[in-house]
Amino acid sequence: MDKAKPLLNVENLGISFGGLRAVQGVDLQLFSKEMVGLIGPNGAGKTTFFNMLTGVYEPTEGTIMLGNRKLNGLSPYKITQGGISRTFQNIRLFGELSVIDNVKVAYHSQAKHSLLSSIIRLPQHFNGEREMEEKALAFLEIFQLQRFKDEKAKNLPYGQQRRLEIARALAASPKLLLLDEPAAGMNPQETKELMNLIALIRETFELTVLLIEHDMPLVMGVCERIYVLDHGQLIAQGTPTEIKNNPKVIEAYLGEEVS
Amino acid sequence: MAFLKKVGFFWGGIVVSLVIFAVVQFLLSNGTLDLFYENTLVYMAINIILAVSLHLIIGITGQFSIGHAGFLAVGAYASAIITMKLELPFPLALLVGGIVAALAGFVIGFPSLRLRGDYLAIATLGFGEIVRIAFLNVDYVGGASGMMVEHFTTWPWVFGCMLVTILVILNFTRSTHGRACISIREDETAADAMGINTTYYKVLAFMIGAFFAGVAGGLFAHNFYIIQPSNFGFLKSFDILIFVVLGGLGSLSGAVISAILLTVISAFLQDYPETRMIIYSLVLIIVMLYRPRGLMGTKEITSLFSRKKKSKGGAKDGQSETVA
Repeated sequence: MDKAKPLLNVENLGISFGGLRAVQGVDLQLFSKEMVGLIGPNGAGKTTFFNMLTGVYEPTEGTIMLGNRKLNGLSPYKITQGGISRTFQNIRLFGELSVIDNVKVAYHSQAKHSLLSSIIRLPQHFNGEREMEEKALAFLEIFQLQRFKDEKAKNLPYGQQRRLEIARALAASPKLLLLDEPAAGMNPQETKELMNLIALIRETFELTVLLIEHDMPLVMGVCERIYVLDHGQLIAQGTPTEIKNNPKVIEAYLGEEVS
Repeated sequence: MAFLKKVGFFWGGIVVSLVIFAVVQFLLSNGTLDLFYENTLVYMAINIILAVSLHLIIGITGQFSIGHAGFLAVGAYASAIITMKLELPFPLALLVGGIVAALAGFVIGFPSLRLRGDYLAIATLGFGEIVRIAFLNVDYVGGASGMMVEHFTTWPWVFGCMLVTILVILNFTRSTHGRACISIREDETAADAMGINTTYYKVLAFMIGAFFAGVAGGLFAHNFYIIQPSNFGFLKSFDILIFVVLGGLGSLSGAVISAILLTVISAFLQDYPETRMIIYSLVLIIVMLYRPRGLMGTKEITSLFSRKKKSKGGAKDGQSETVA
């Protein structure tokens, strides 16, 4: 695996909020088309790590490289346009917008029609909007959301909202997709459907996926490699079987054995 | 079909507004509507421009700006300088008023749009006051005693400007650029994460809103023979804010309807000066009690027509679902 150049290369990444070192010294490599899990107890710094990758927080130490491009200090929208897209732990849809418009927003940075053409309604505008509509519909069909397309996003049931959020993240045409607890709040049936969906996404879009998740069967089932974070530091990495039997990981989750 | 329907609404709207224009123009020219009505109509159109331009900033982009009278003042003084001091034509004055206000929008918007919610409101409120006090102390534009302006604003001019304002803001809103602005209103962090340049769109919406407020300022200045800094105090900003909130945040037709309604109410209440503000306030309170999300909520007037059609077709949709 080490023969190829990693798609995402994170070196010695860390962030401090005042005196609190939330994450420190994290090294992580993602290779093309890999599915990698990031696990750890609550408060381990997983979401903070995601926020650094997507530009919400600026890391205080270390580097993030996507291909040959350094991402430190770029604003979130530039990172997204550069190829990293994400979902959120607490769903963040555009509630008052329709389902299809939510997907269209993610297409915005690829839109070809200018502001002026929209204001005076040139043919360019209609062509551009039609193209967006078609692309967005195609996405909704993959996610079986097309029958909700004109519904407001906030009126969708919870599981469908999660699906829509993933659809929206994919519409931004990322090379790397970050999923922050996609199965949170789902029942076992929905989780199973989600697992199938993620597998489908990887086949269709040939993506690299980094997944934060608490649902162990899901992580162990779909990920090829797993990184474990505890108290802001990486404590283990390896295949699911290696992680399952790693004493440090067991200790982080269950506490130390009393002797 | 959907495309035809959209075009139908568009041309329908154009035809309706041209008919309104022609009827009013006819009534004005044969003297059925006297000067009081003409003045009210002009004032109504100016208020619609102000309401719709602020609607873009607050209702669509979600930036709570309460210094809109500042842009009105900048546009009013800039256009008055063009016609009165430089003696250039009135249409140019309107354009310059808009452009100068848009520049003011950029200057105030670029730093302050980093602020959110209450902080932005306070910053824009401060801007409005700074503008007023600045004009108060500039002798070139007459200071506190004001500036004499010729009467150029006529019904065709205000109606034309109003129509252009509504069309531009409607077309902007119903495009990918408008959706970008709405996504910022809905969730700025998520919009950012979806690749929307949030600062650009916030400043852009702010500048477009300020431009049309500036045009309204030009129309306002050339309607009343004199402009004074006291015309543009923060109460004026609140008047405009009330149009938008009463109409329903996010609804353009709501902003238009409430601007019409409140202009009519306050014009007819001028006969009862001692109870005027009481009745006006009561109307506001009653509307907010019974329609807390504004007259129109977030809906547009066109959705009232399409809703009826949808509810008929709804049963069919339901059937196909159960079959599948």
